[in-house]
Formats: sequence, C-alpha cells, structure tokens
Amino acid sequence: MQGYYPLFTALPLAMAFLNLLVSKLSKKVSDYFAFLVMAVLAGMSIKMLFVQPFTYQVGGWAPPWGILLVSDGLSSMILAVINIIGLLSMVFSISYMNTYTAKPKYYTLFLLMVAGMNGVVITGDFFNMYVFLEIASIASYALVGFGCEREELEASFKYLILGGVASTAVLFGIAFLYSMTGTLNMPDVAHQLEFMEMNRAIAFVLAMFIMGFGLKASTVPFHAWLPDAHPSAPAPISAMLSGVLIKALGVYAIARVMFHVFGPNDMISAIMMFLGALSMLVGVIMAVGQSDFKRMLAYHSISQMGYVTIGLGLGLNPNVSPAIAAFGLLGGLFHLANHAVFKSCLFLSSGSFEFRTGTRNKFEMGGLIRRMPVTSATCSIASLSISGVPPFNGFWSKLIIIAAFIQAALYSQGDSKVWFMIYGIIAVFVAFMTLISFVRLQKSVIFGKLPERFASLREAPFSMVVPLIILAALCLGIGIAYPFIHDTLLEAAKDALLDKVSYVNLLIGS
Amino acid sequence: MILYFLSLALFVMGLYCLVAKKNIIKKVIGIVITEYSINMFLILVGYRDGGIAPVLMKGMDNSEIAAGSVDPLPQALVLTSIVIGLGVLALMVSICLRLYEKYKTFDMSEIKRLRG
Repeated sequence: MQGYYPLFTALPLAMAFLNLLVSKLSKKVSDYFAFLVMAVLAGMSIKMLFVQPFTYQVGGWAPPWGILLVSDGLSSMILAVINIIGLLSMVFSISYMNTYTAKPKYYTLFLLMVAGMNGVVITGDFFNMYVFLEIASIASYALVGFGCEREELEASFKYLILGGVASTAVLFGIAFLYSMTGTLNMPDVAHQLEFMEMNRAIAFVLAMFIMGFGLKASTVPFHAWLPDAHPSAPAPISAMLSGVLIKALGVYAIARVMFHVFGPNDMISAIMMFLGALSMLVGVIMAVGQSDFKRMLAYHSISQMGYVTIGLGLGLNPNVSPAIAAFGLLGGLFHLANHAVFKSCLFLSSGSFEFRTGTRNKFEMGGLIRRMPVTSATCSIASLSISGVPPFNGFWSKLIIIAAFIQAALYSQGDSKVWFMIYGIIAVFVAFMTLISFVRLQKSVIFGKLPERFASLREAPFSMVVPLIILAALCLGIGIAYPFIHDTLLEAAKDALLDKVSYVNLLIGS
Repeated sequence: MILYFLSLALFVMGLYCLVAKKNIIKKVIGIVITEYSINMFLILVGYRDGGIAPVLMKGMDNSEIAAGSVDPLPQALVLTSIVIGLGVLALMVSICLRLYEKYKTFDMSEIKRLRG
C-alpha cells in the first residue's frame, strides 16, 4: 500500500484531464470513467484505514530536502471521509447534472477538487500543502459558478475574492516560517520551533494561519462567502463543499499545523474556542429565518463547524488535564466525520427535491412524503441526526463535546472555569436551536399539505436515490456502531493528533 | 529592512484596493497586487547582500556556493506561486466578463442579488 500512497492525488489529477479526452470519443463513457476513478479512490481510502502509519519520500529524496508524504490515523480518517462522500456525490451527479451542459468539464473540475483535497491531507510539506490548497480552491471557485447564471456568478466572484485573500495569507505565513526556520518540511519546522521562544514573528504566523485557514473553514468573522457560495453550486457540489472541502482545507489544515507544528498553546486554544462558540451561535441564529432550503443548510454548516472548532480548541489547551483535552478533541473529530455524512445527505436531498419540484423555497414545498417517500425519509433521518436525536450519529459527537466542556469546567481552576461552562451551555443551546430549525423544515417540506401542482410528482431517479439511502444508513449505522467506530477509527486519529513527538521523529525515522 | 516594509506596504495597498474599490476589475487588480507583494517578500527572504547566482559553474565546489550564493529555494517557490496566480487571474477575469454580460456593469454595488 505504501508505494501507492501518492496515487491518492496523482490518479484524480491525471484522470481529470484524460476524462476530457475520453469525452471527445463518447459522452456516455466519461460518466462511468469518472465514477470508476472515484470508486477506486474510495476503495483505496477504506484500505488505508487498516494500514499502519508510514511516510513516503517523493522521488526518493530524504527529508528535509524532499517532499514527505505522511500517513497516520488522522490522515487515513479524513481520506476515507473525502473519498467516500466524493464517490456518493459522483453517483448522484450522473443523473442530476443532466440539467446542465458541459458535463465532462464538470467531471474534470470535480476530480481536480478531489485531487487537491487528497493532496492537502497526505502532504507533510508546507509549500506542497499551499499548492494543493490552491488546486482544490480554484476548482471549487469554478464549480460554484458552474451554472453561469446571475446569482451563481456573483457568489463565485465573492468566494474567489475571499478565497484569494485566504490563500495569500497562508502563503505569507509560510514565507515567514521559512525565513525563520529555513525549511518547509513540516516535521522539521516543528523541530526547529521547539528551540524558539514565543516571539512576535511566530504570533504573526499564527495570526496569518488562523485568518487563512479560518477563511477556508468559514469560522464566523470570516464566514461571509459561505451562505452565498454553497447554495449556488449544483447540489452534489454543495454536498462536497459543505461536507468535505471546508473540513479538508480549513479544519484539517488548522489541526495539523496547530497540533503538530506549533504544539498545544494557551492563546491558540482560547482563540479557537472563542471562534468556535461564535460560529455556533451566529450560524444557527442566521439559519432559523431562512426560506431558501439550501441557504439554511449552509448557515447550519457554519454552526456545526463551530462544534468541530471548539472541540479542537479544547484539545489544544495545555491547562486542562490531558484526558479531558483528548476527550474534547475526540468529540471534535467525530463531529467532523458525522457532519460530512449528514450534511452531504441533506444537501443531496435538497438537490433531489429541487430536481423534481424546481424550487428551493421551503415554503413552496409541502407534503412531499406522499410523492417522494425515499428522499423524504432520508432527509428526515439526516435532519434528526444533525439535531442530535439519540440513536443517530450526531447525538454522540455533540454529547461528547458538551460532556468534555462540563468536565473541563468542573475539574479546572481559575478564570477559564467560567468560560468552559459558558461554552458548554452555548453548545447545548445551539443543539436545541438546531432542533427547532429542522423541525420547522420537516413541517414545511415533508409533511403538511401537498400543493396541487406537485400532485403528479415522481420519486427521483435511481442513481440519485442510492447515495441518499447509503448516507442515511451511515447516519444510523455510525450512531448504533458508535463503540466500534470509537475504538478503531477515532482513537487512532486522536492519538495521532496528540502525539507531536512521533510526528517530529518522522524526520529521523524515515 | 526598508524593502521588507515596502512589500508590507504593497500588501496593505492591495487589501485597501480590495476593500474600498467598487469596480470589480479594480478588486481583481487588488488581489494581484497582494499576490505580488508576497512574491517580492519571498524573494527578499532568500536574498543575500552581494550574493552570487546559485549555479554550480566549472571550477567551483559546493562549499563556495553554500557560502556565497542567494537561497535558490524561494525563487522556485515564487515561480510556482506566479503560475498559480496566473491561473487564479484568468478565472477571475473570465468571471468578471460573464458578470458584465449578465449585469451590464462592473460596479459591485449594483451586483447584489444575494443578500442576508
């Protein structure tokens, strides 16, 4: 498996352009071609879950000169999330994208985006990470504006400007780090930083990274683009953007850099917890009043990503006991995976409703459970899951995060005690508001009176229903099999993230 | 030292252009200015006063290069970042053209169908 590791980014990158050539021969083949690539990637990513951590030297150049690819528990978990959600979105697009022209170009952009995200996850080199970040971002700018209508172009332009600023900030931070340490290799940078005191240059780099990755993850002061960009994209792309892209480019990158390169730090922890709490509150409050189905989901993405950020922030805190910090971190990582599953299910359901009814306004829909039973059922399951209703997966991760904060409040001393309590209460309140918002959605879309013009509606096509059923089954399955998932996947990811020493040792070990 | 501040000033000017100007073409120019300020900063990071080009000529040995040359790595980074910048610029300009086709204006304050 080790020798195949670069294929995670090389395969979709090569096939993206080969796909365009294939589509000149036959349009039909290019559908299956893109599907096949994603299926191979998803299979590889599932296999990666059972492989021991290793490193790969690109071109045989030893670190710190060459580019190092790193595989550990965290990257395996995120790779599995990216590629499985990617495969399901790809299956969904086969029918859904018939309403658009230029389908082969869509597949090319889709594969490029996957290549960029996989690259960000597997790399252990700062500049390499920046390049992959840009590949994924550029593909997503183009995909947001794919419909070329007024709103879509405007959203794409906004996203492009803010994304451009984010990338510039990240590059600025990387240039600063290089000038301080003289290396771009992430374990090596971490090693060099251990000999330095906290100084203004490091604080500047931290600020640049929090701004840059925060913009990509759309934590609250940087969230302005997300509610425009995510609803404007075609539904499978909304699912990819909300479900995976903001996690791979934003949260994963910030976790990798903060935990492994800079190490646990009071200041970063306080900032991340504050931003997370702010995102949760602002996102959910803005979401309640929305009439557009997808726009509401986009605001909920902001609020749910707040849970992930706040969990990571608690994990970074050096003052609470390590067990509680690890517990909060575990909750954050679990919520990351869960959010990918239920949010992509919700976005794909909204796409399925839009495909048949032609509207995204939730007040114009109603009673759809009588005409589209499968889509309605999956939408319900995902809604229950995002609101944190017990048997489903969202319940467990929210429970862990809230419990971690209450424990931190009970067992720590000083001023931070009050803050932990406040964050815990905010997390409970936001879960409650989410439930209200989704109950209202259910009431206006799935139940209630069926408008007359929808009387002859049919269920969505087969290839759109299958990914929905799989995602809904995952919502339920992960919730029920939580102890198993906890022991295998999450523990490995959490341990990898907390173990800075062995990350630095990758430099010598390989 | 003054050069570092110049590249910072350029960065801030780009950001100002991005925030204050309403014309979307000017916003695009603002993004490009910030990108170029970072490129300049990267070159400055590798620069060494009186350094030679990092090319191994006949009759030189490795230690001579290591002692006297400028750092070649940032130059490679800048090349990559210029190419990426070109890609982003092409996309930005084409979206601006499409926006002009739809709205018949380059004024961002008139392009506001999305709100809230």
